Amino acid sequence: MRFVDEFRDAGKAHALAAKIAALCEPGRQYKLMEVCGGHTHTIYKHGLEDYLPEQVTLVHGPGCPVCVIPMGRVDDAMHLAAQPDVIMTSFGDMMRVPGSTGSFLDANAAGTDIRMVYSPLDSLKIARSNPGKRVVFMAIGFETTAPSTAMTVLRAAAEGLTNFSVFCNHVTIIPAIKAILDSPDLRLDGFIGPGHVSTVIGCRPYEFIASDYGRPVVVAGFEPLDILQSIYMLMLQLSEGRSQVENQYARVVPWDGNVVALKVIGQTMELRPYFEWRGLGFISHSALKMREQFAAFDAELLFGVPGVRVADPKACQCGEVLKGVLKPWECKVFGTACTPETPIGTCMVSPEGACAAYYNYGRMNRQRVPEAAQVSRS
Amino acid sequence: MTSGREQQVLDRIDRARRRRPRVREERITMSHGAGGKATQTLIEAIFLDAFRNPLLEPLGDSALLQLAGARVALTTDSFVVSPLFFPGGNIGDLAINGTVNDLAVAGATPLYLSAGFILEEGFPVADLTRITASMRDAAAVAGVHIVTGDTKVVERGKADGCYINTAGVGIVTRDQALGVAQARPGDAILVSGPIGDHGVTIMLARGELDIEADLVSDTASLAGLAATLLDAVPGVRALRDATRGGVATILNEIAKAAGMGVVVSEDAIPVREEVRGASELLGIDPMYVACEGRMVAVVDGSQAGDALAALRGHPLGEQAAVIGQVTEGPPGIVQLKTAFGGTRIVDLLVGDPLPRIC
Repeated sequence: MRFVDEFRDAGKAHALAAKIAALCEPGRQYKLMEVCGGHTHTIYKHGLEDYLPEQVTLVHGPGCPVCVIPMGRVDDAMHLAAQPDVIMTSFGDMMRVPGSTGSFLDANAAGTDIRMVYSPLDSLKIARSNPGKRVVFMAIGFETTAPSTAMTVLRAAAEGLTNFSVFCNHVTIIPAIKAILDSPDLRLDGFIGPGHVSTVIGCRPYEFIASDYGRPVVVAGFEPLDILQSIYMLMLQLSEGRSQVENQYARVVPWDGNVVALKVIGQTMELRPYFEWRGLGFISHSALKMREQFAAFDAELLFGVPGVRVADPKACQCGEVLKGVLKPWECKVFGTACTPETPIGTCMVSPEGACAAYYNYGRMNRQRVPEAAQVSRS
Repeated sequence: MTSGREQQVLDRIDRARRRRPRVREERITMSHGAGGKATQTLIEAIFLDAFRNPLLEPLGDSALLQLAGARVALTTDSFVVSPLFFPGGNIGDLAINGTVNDLAVAGATPLYLSAGFILEEGFPVADLTRITASMRDAAAVAGVHIVTGDTKVVERGKADGCYINTAGVGIVTRDQALGVAQARPGDAILVSGPIGDHGVTIMLARGELDIEADLVSDTASLAGLAATLLDAVPGVRALRDATRGGVATILNEIAKAAGMGVVVSEDAIPVREEVRGASELLGIDPMYVACEGRMVAVVDGSQAGDALAALRGHPLGEQAAVIGQVTEGPPGIVQLKTAFGGTRIVDLLVGDPLPRIC
């Protein structure tokens, strides 16, 4: 398949593995964080760690939009879905995320109508064909998905739709990265930058990571070779003592981002003073809400939500996993009480969640490719 | 290699997974019908628990009975596919082929079927006629007769047009004892053709995705293909038809029932470009997508070539392929060698990407 197979070429991967291995300084350990859950998914789905020497460890970051939604917001969503005549729509990933009284699937079994959509625009179709119902789109995601929510609201406004609203849970990536950089219990050598987010925000917002924190950032694409090449670019910077922002994903990511997308976000949404992140706690100016001009489309205002903060289950260590302090399998309940079929924490739900990716794809003896194994022995 | 601590975690998971299954939900959710872990839990914790007997316990595609000296296979299947009509077939073809295939992969010659209909008030008679015509034609192709049936009508809104249940019996005349528990290290694993056509066709036929592809369902009777393979190759250990949960689910059943490992190569698994493309776009894995006319065969490794030739000699098996093999370990685990050159686990499906596929 064109535009896919060329980025999964095993021959090129072996060559990159050799180049990465050659850059490893003896005795030095390298911890690189892939910020984005999409990268985590790719890494495990393709068995990419088999190409890395033992000295290079990938740490999974907070960029899984489902994983960072706190339990209280899931409860709020279910409260909205339970209102009379409401059809709630959301992305498929959300359907199994546990709230304090079960998931959306359980809520549907008990009578709500929560539907999976691939695009927020599908919610408008549902709203048009169900004029007697009130359609609420549960919007989640980083700057990646915020523009499509914004466009949907703009279109609903243009059409004069009165039975559509958004339960806005959009979050922004930079405050989360900053929280991790400021976290005392983590030492990272560099960042594999989130490619999809960067198609919208560009590469400039990461410059503080390189200049203020002295850590290199390489914005990466989502095919396995993209990630492997980004790791090579990070290792090269580290070996040369550089810390810069580089763009591996230039075929998609413009340095200055997508001006139009940023404009529609700004037109419809504004920063919240603070927002709770699962595992990371409250982070100021880290999430978006609908602007006042679009209050008619703001489900939080239209219906009201309980907004009760629910503490994460005690056994759950999603926070440590999201910050990269713990490997998924180091969590106390990983694979026993918490599994993809009965998740306690959000990281075990989304295919982008580190725990789900590791459980579904990764938990196996790894056999490194010869190029990577060689350096591990030295 | 994994560290000692990581191994402990793997062992812990293994122990947790061997625990007696329990349905934790208070109500049935769509996951319980998806053919993955939740379905398996429901079957074992509720149905097997209530009905337990030695004939049911293997949970095979068909039950194998001894009746007056004859060996008889019995199976049943219900069909709730949406939409009822789709490229390559309709609910009627599926209802015949699904039951015929459950018999065929048990090594039986399918003979007689029952057909039960649950119809919704207001359902067009013309649609019912199209469905029954397809059933008649599919039965003729498979060499079976529909010899008994039942009809119920429910009020508008209490069903979605038309649901069909079929049951079937077949006779087992060969001596080969088939079953996924028979798999041994070194056995070859084959699929009879490209995977995932049916599931992706249904998904696109719903028209919710605005994706078009030149793709038709693979619904077909496997009776002839299974017989051809069994006649040609004495070393067939097991046959399964890959329906809900796809080929990945069958591979897991092999690994678990046999207590062996299974290793397959992504490169070797036939997948049409259209299916790959749609799956990439939708974030689903063809390994988990339903087929309705494909089977997985476990064959003595030394006879893999004969098996492949036998399958490819049949019109339904022209694109058959050897996709992997059974290994001594790790027990119960299916591993995929990715085209990229890495390794990953292929577990049972948890979520429900495609409800009401058959």
